[in-house]
Amino acid sequence: MDPKPLVTLANVTKSFGPVQVIKGVSVSVYPGKVQVLLGENGAGKSTLIKMLAGVHQPDSGEIIMDGQAVSLPNTRTAEQHGIATIHQELNLVGTMSIAENVMLGRTPRKFGMVDRKELRRKAREALALIGLTIDVDTLVNELGIAQQQLVEIAKALSIHAKILILDEPTAALTRHETEHLFKVVEDLRNHGVGMLFISHHLDEIAEIGDSVTVLRDGEFVAEVPGSTPEDELVKLMVGRAIDEQFPRQKNSQPKASLILEVSKLGSKDKFKDISFTVKAGEIVGIAGLVGAGRTEVLRAIAGADKYDHGSVRIRNKPLQRGSVEAAIKAGIGHVPEDRKVQGLVLDASVNDNLGYATLQETSRFGLADFSGQKSRAESVAKTLRIRMHDIEQPIRSLSGGNQQKAVFGRWILAQSTLLLLDEPTRGVDVGAKVEIYELMNAITAAGGAIVMVSSELPEVLGMSDRILVMRDGEIAGELDAREATQDKVMTLAARDTDEDL
Amino acid sequence: MSTATIDASRRRFDVKRFLANNGALVGLLILCLGLFIATPDFLTGPNLLNIGIQVSTVAVLAFGMTFVIVAGGIDLSVGSVAALSAMVSSWLYVGSGVSGWIALIAGLVTGLLVGVVNGLVSAYGKLPSFIATLAMLSVARGLTLVISDGRPIKTAPEVSFLGGNLGPIPMPIIVLVASAIIASFLLNRTVLGRSMYAVGGNAEAARLSGLPVKRIVVIVFGLAGLFAALAGLLLAGRLDSAQPQAAAGYELDAIAAVVIGGASLAGGLGRISGTFVGALVLVVIRNGLNLLNVTSFWQQVVIGVVIALAVGIDVLRRKTRNA
Repeated sequence: MDPKPLVTLANVTKSFGPVQVIKGVSVSVYPGKVQVLLGENGAGKSTLIKMLAGVHQPDSGEIIMDGQAVSLPNTRTAEQHGIATIHQELNLVGTMSIAENVMLGRTPRKFGMVDRKELRRKAREALALIGLTIDVDTLVNELGIAQQQLVEIAKALSIHAKILILDEPTAALTRHETEHLFKVVEDLRNHGVGMLFISHHLDEIAEIGDSVTVLRDGEFVAEVPGSTPEDELVKLMVGRAIDEQFPRQKNSQPKASLILEVSKLGSKDKFKDISFTVKAGEIVGIAGLVGAGRTEVLRAIAGADKYDHGSVRIRNKPLQRGSVEAAIKAGIGHVPEDRKVQGLVLDASVNDNLGYATLQETSRFGLADFSGQKSRAESVAKTLRIRMHDIEQPIRSLSGGNQQKAVFGRWILAQSTLLLLDEPTRGVDVGAKVEIYELMNAITAAGGAIVMVSSELPEVLGMSDRILVMRDGEIAGELDAREATQDKVMTLAARDTDEDL
Repeated sequence: MSTATIDASRRRFDVKRFLANNGALVGLLILCLGLFIATPDFLTGPNLLNIGIQVSTVAVLAFGMTFVIVAGGIDLSVGSVAALSAMVSSWLYVGSGVSGWIALIAGLVTGLLVGVVNGLVSAYGKLPSFIATLAMLSVARGLTLVISDGRPIKTAPEVSFLGGNLGPIPMPIIVLVASAIIASFLLNRTVLGRSMYAVGGNAEAARLSGLPVKRIVVIVFGLAGLFAALAGLLLAGRLDSAQPQAAAGYELDAIAAVVIGGASLAGGLGRISGTFVGALVLVVIRNGLNLLNVTSFWQQVVIGVVIALAVGIDVLRRKTRNA
């Protein structure tokens, strides 16, 4: 007999307008267990957790705690019931210290003034709960995402949360940071905290999950043990089998023509002595820890940032430094790290977003080529299978995977031949991931080349032909993808694996 | 045949959606209906022409402001720039005896240049546009006072013509319509206009897509200055003189018009038609309250409430749509 669940969503439904997004789903969270919610984007995971967080209320069905139906009309009530949510977008005030953030809303006072000593003590106590020892006076801005996340977890625990909802906590973490987080999760498990865990990384589920609830289109599909094999999970989630997670035919003999030649590239405090080449038809992966300088190198090549030393040549022609326009003219397309912040104009239409890179060159006498743009955009959207009602709908309303495909689409419209991809599948669900991989294959098959920065090692190993590993702003080594393993990459990436936390 | 039916169904007029997207227009119509019932003086030829003349200055200023707000900035200097441009024009005409046409063009160029300075300071000096143009508000007003020595100067006849009539139609209304068409064309049809939306919506994404963000910002402020100059000349033309304190505080009317018209101060949203309606709302309320003999003190209270209501409703509408 199982112990009693901490909380149960019993047969809940929820509609927004005419659309029913949750159709009778039941999930329970048990003390000391990690319940995984699995489903593609739009399957209803976030609506479910918002019900527990007090943001949405179910239309029918019940939320049961301690055998009693409760209502969670707002986030405050949810907190009072011991439910804390760690969102993907962290709720911390960057310009305040760790201590102030942890104690936000319950700042200890003395004679009406902030009791700084008590504030620090309590914050330290909270951090100690998860074995974190950093100076509590540090500003949150100065922390990496992984540490910010831990601060937020500490904050939740310090308000006596019994149920922790972790919404894609590993999406922005490196492998090493993820491992650290999992240690914390393990610890919390032993303390009897119940957790609801959302992740797109299937390999994490076996590692951390006790039980998996699979959702599809707002419906409950199955509840299976955490040890269920990955392809089985994918099948449940997508509703069909996906043949291969990484559909790359390893290219041992790339075409001879050189596309990109980076030599001795250096930028103060960011990276130095970066030299490598990419040939037509190749995918070169850049692995490394966050902060190793991968993104910075990519941005320097794309013209997004200036560099101090060295040179970049495209097809044997020197590329102007620090000019995105010149890079685009030379055939470079840059899919940045964070599509919402750097890639898309969220309020603008899919059509507009697809066309920004080609807006100027397709214009005549300064007039935008509306009809031409629309037909080009429609054809690209069709090729990339961007799912939408209408090409004029705001891109904000698309799922993450489809938004990402639109960023790719912009460069397909621009007929770019060298794509610089920074975390190309971050926050993208399994189905769309494979579509993006297939797109990468199509681009290289057509004689294009790709440089891909990714923190997901399976992706780097699965999709690259060659792998460059960066460490502390330098290239620590190069591996042939057919011989590379996670261990080999990690050994190169982290001299001292405990250094980055 | 079949394509025609598809087109027809796609273009079918959706009343609900139209109302939701044109809240300010609906408000304006209700306002006009109310005034029509409340006072017989409202719907008369002279009063409507009067409204047209009054709206011209605010609307022309606000068109320039629309560019800036769509591109994610704000321009607090337009009132001062309007005054400075008109003053430079009159000062050149009276002081150095250039021809009236030259004086008129010099006024426009003044506005353009001041706007470009705003843009340069904001784009390359990395000052927030709020601060850059707040500084310019003071500088331009100060320069106006310096060159005029604090006294009004007579305008060139060519400038006065802008404040006069062409046949039965007041010139300000003609200028208004022309600038509305030009502004709308710029914003909707040109690469520049489309780029403004991208820059305002997400400047970093625009930059990484190869758009020359800084150049666009400079042009946008230049345009705002140019439109401000035109508004200043309209105002001076009506009075036959450039006043040193002309258009003081008009930047707030212009911003209000743009915002009532549905633009977002966060950038990336806004239309010339909306701004035009927004300017009309402001002017019709003032006109109506005058006709109803409400004192100008209370008028300010009412206008403030209307701005808050208009934007509040808009925010609410967006929220429900996004949920």
